[in-house]
Amino acid sequence: MPPALPLRTRVASGAGLAVAGLSRRLGAGEGSVIGGRVLLAMDRGALSRLARGRTIALVSGTNGKTTTTSMLAAALGARGRVVTNSTGANLMTGLVTTLAVGGGGDAPAVLEVDEGLLPKAVAGLRPSVVLLLNLSRDQLDRIGEVRIHAQRWRAALEGAPSTSVVANVDDPLIVWAAGLARQVTWVGTGQRWRLDAYSCPNCGEQIDWDDSGHWACTNCSLARPAPHVALDGDDVVLADGRRVQLQLQLPGWANRANAVMAAAAAEAVGVDVADALAAMGAVAHVAGRYQVVSVGDVRVRLLLAKNPAGWAEALDLIRPAPMPLVVGINARIPDGRDPSWLWDVPFERLRGRLVIATGDRGRDLAVRLRYAEVEHRFVEGYVASVRAAGTSDLDLAANYTSFQDARRELARA
Amino acid sequence: MRDSRVSIALLYPELLGTYGDGGNAAVLACRLRWRGIDADVVTLGAGATVPTSCDIYLMGGGEDGPQALAARELGESGALDTAVDAGAVVFGTCAGIQVLGHEFANPDGTPHPGLGLLDVRTVRGTGKRAVGELLSEPLIDGLPTLTGYENHGAVTHPGSGVKPLGSVVQGVGNGGGDGTEGAVSGRILATYMHGPALARNPALADLLLSWVVGDLAPIDDAEVDDLRAERLRFVRRGRWRRR
Repeated sequence: MPPALPLRTRVASGAGLAVAGLSRRLGAGEGSVIGGRVLLAMDRGALSRLARGRTIALVSGTNGKTTTTSMLAAALGARGRVVTNSTGANLMTGLVTTLAVGGGGDAPAVLEVDEGLLPKAVAGLRPSVVLLLNLSRDQLDRIGEVRIHAQRWRAALEGAPSTSVVANVDDPLIVWAAGLARQVTWVGTGQRWRLDAYSCPNCGEQIDWDDSGHWACTNCSLARPAPHVALDGDDVVLADGRRVQLQLQLPGWANRANAVMAAAAAEAVGVDVADALAAMGAVAHVAGRYQVVSVGDVRVRLLLAKNPAGWAEALDLIRPAPMPLVVGINARIPDGRDPSWLWDVPFERLRGRLVIATGDRGRDLAVRLRYAEVEHRFVEGYVASVRAAGTSDLDLAANYTSFQDARRELARA
Repeated sequence: MRDSRVSIALLYPELLGTYGDGGNAAVLACRLRWRGIDADVVTLGAGATVPTSCDIYLMGGGEDGPQALAARELGESGALDTAVDAGAVVFGTCAGIQVLGHEFANPDGTPHPGLGLLDVRTVRGTGKRAVGELLSEPLIDGLPTLTGYENHGAVTHPGSGVKPLGSVVQGVGNGGGDGTEGAVSGRILATYMHGPALARNPALADLLLSWVVGDLAPIDDAEVDDLRAERLRFVRRGRWRRR
């Protein structure tokens, strides 16, 4: 039995969840923000109290948090109940409401954590394992520089000697961030995005990459560690040389990379890799990503891409021209208020088809597509955009809040 | 006599391209091609030899470490000085304005030498980072209101050898308390409007191009006009403060 929660935490949890439930019934969203605020107002130390006695895994990084969290939750779920914030409520309020469900308890928790919150979450939750996926340009209006995250993570993990880290060796920012952790499982993912790690996070000098993907700083000792676990095509190669084939329902390299990270984390908390991978194969779509919805007689497949690194992958998954495409772009706080990043996405690859530009910042996208010399139209509203594409089967790719809007609007149509 | 092709050099996009600044090269090249003028974008990765013969050089925004590395590489090569002496156009955004000046601030606040091509000095700011929509009334004849987005912690003091590009209507700009934004001197023009500044301000793009090729035929910019109108409305209503 886990240690009983103090009365204060139990009362705060009950009140927070009641408010969250009320908010949800009133249609004001998931309710975790308001519920979490109530909970934390009544018990400021709730986070660490709700964590006590549990195995906790935290997942952070720019891209793949939600999917990797779902995969790891599926892997651990094969052994019993797991609590997880699979809806992407990854701020403090979301973490406490997730842990409060069911009056606390000792079920393992798999939590996706916002990059900025990770140091606080590590200190408060004392996780067994932390997965560091990748760091690339995203929401720069909020954080200023992506390497600030790497710096804060590095300090937080140095101060958490009982936490083991699962880190992506193909992202120099991640390797540096994990550099002072006591115990690290290095994972080779084959990440291709390098634009944010040209200058060494440790010393500022240039990082050199060779054709095989090995990298090293030209000045200091920072270099790609030898991976313990690696993705090789569709196979996961383990430290003992064993190969296990991935059989995922989710498409693309990015999801294979997420799976190998989740598998390494599952192993770190005592689950066999082959069992973990088998359980992850059941994950079909996560919070609407890759889901197909019908709008009248039009079938729309939904894809999420939030930033240049995410788009680089999404462009590989979007079905080829001449199939039209709807692209939705917002620039609300969770998206980052500055859509300048649209110019870092090679939208030129969409030539040869009609692209419907929509969302709050659809006009910025339209101008971007104009200079990419891609045939396009600006249309307001997701249902109207889907209809304007003039086909019975298409893809819709959108960034974070635009994706949520599209999902909601299309479900109602 | 110049070659009839216009060559546009994009300097160190891995170091100076944090905010989609490479888009400015695409905008300039397209606006030439759409008018029947050949244009090449020469992307110069860090470590590459910078040619002195390009017509336009572009420098974008960068994080502190990469920005210092870029300044050092450019300073050592000396290519930009040669090109500027020969009449090349230089357009710098964000870190670009800082690197073009006499000096800028290292992360620890100590000064780092710049290229000294613009009479400006950049120091570390003491207040909040300047992040948000930036609107200015240009001080150059014939340009409409300039609209963009800024994201910088530093403050740039223009000297007597430059003219500010504009005066700030919304946002921070150079940030030295004089209400100025950007700097112009000869054919060197720099601004804190980062990223695709030339996409949102086609008249500014055409001004730079006219310095190279002379008068330009008009282009239908209706789609950009819609975007500009939307952004101007958004900022003037103060909606940028909310949500």
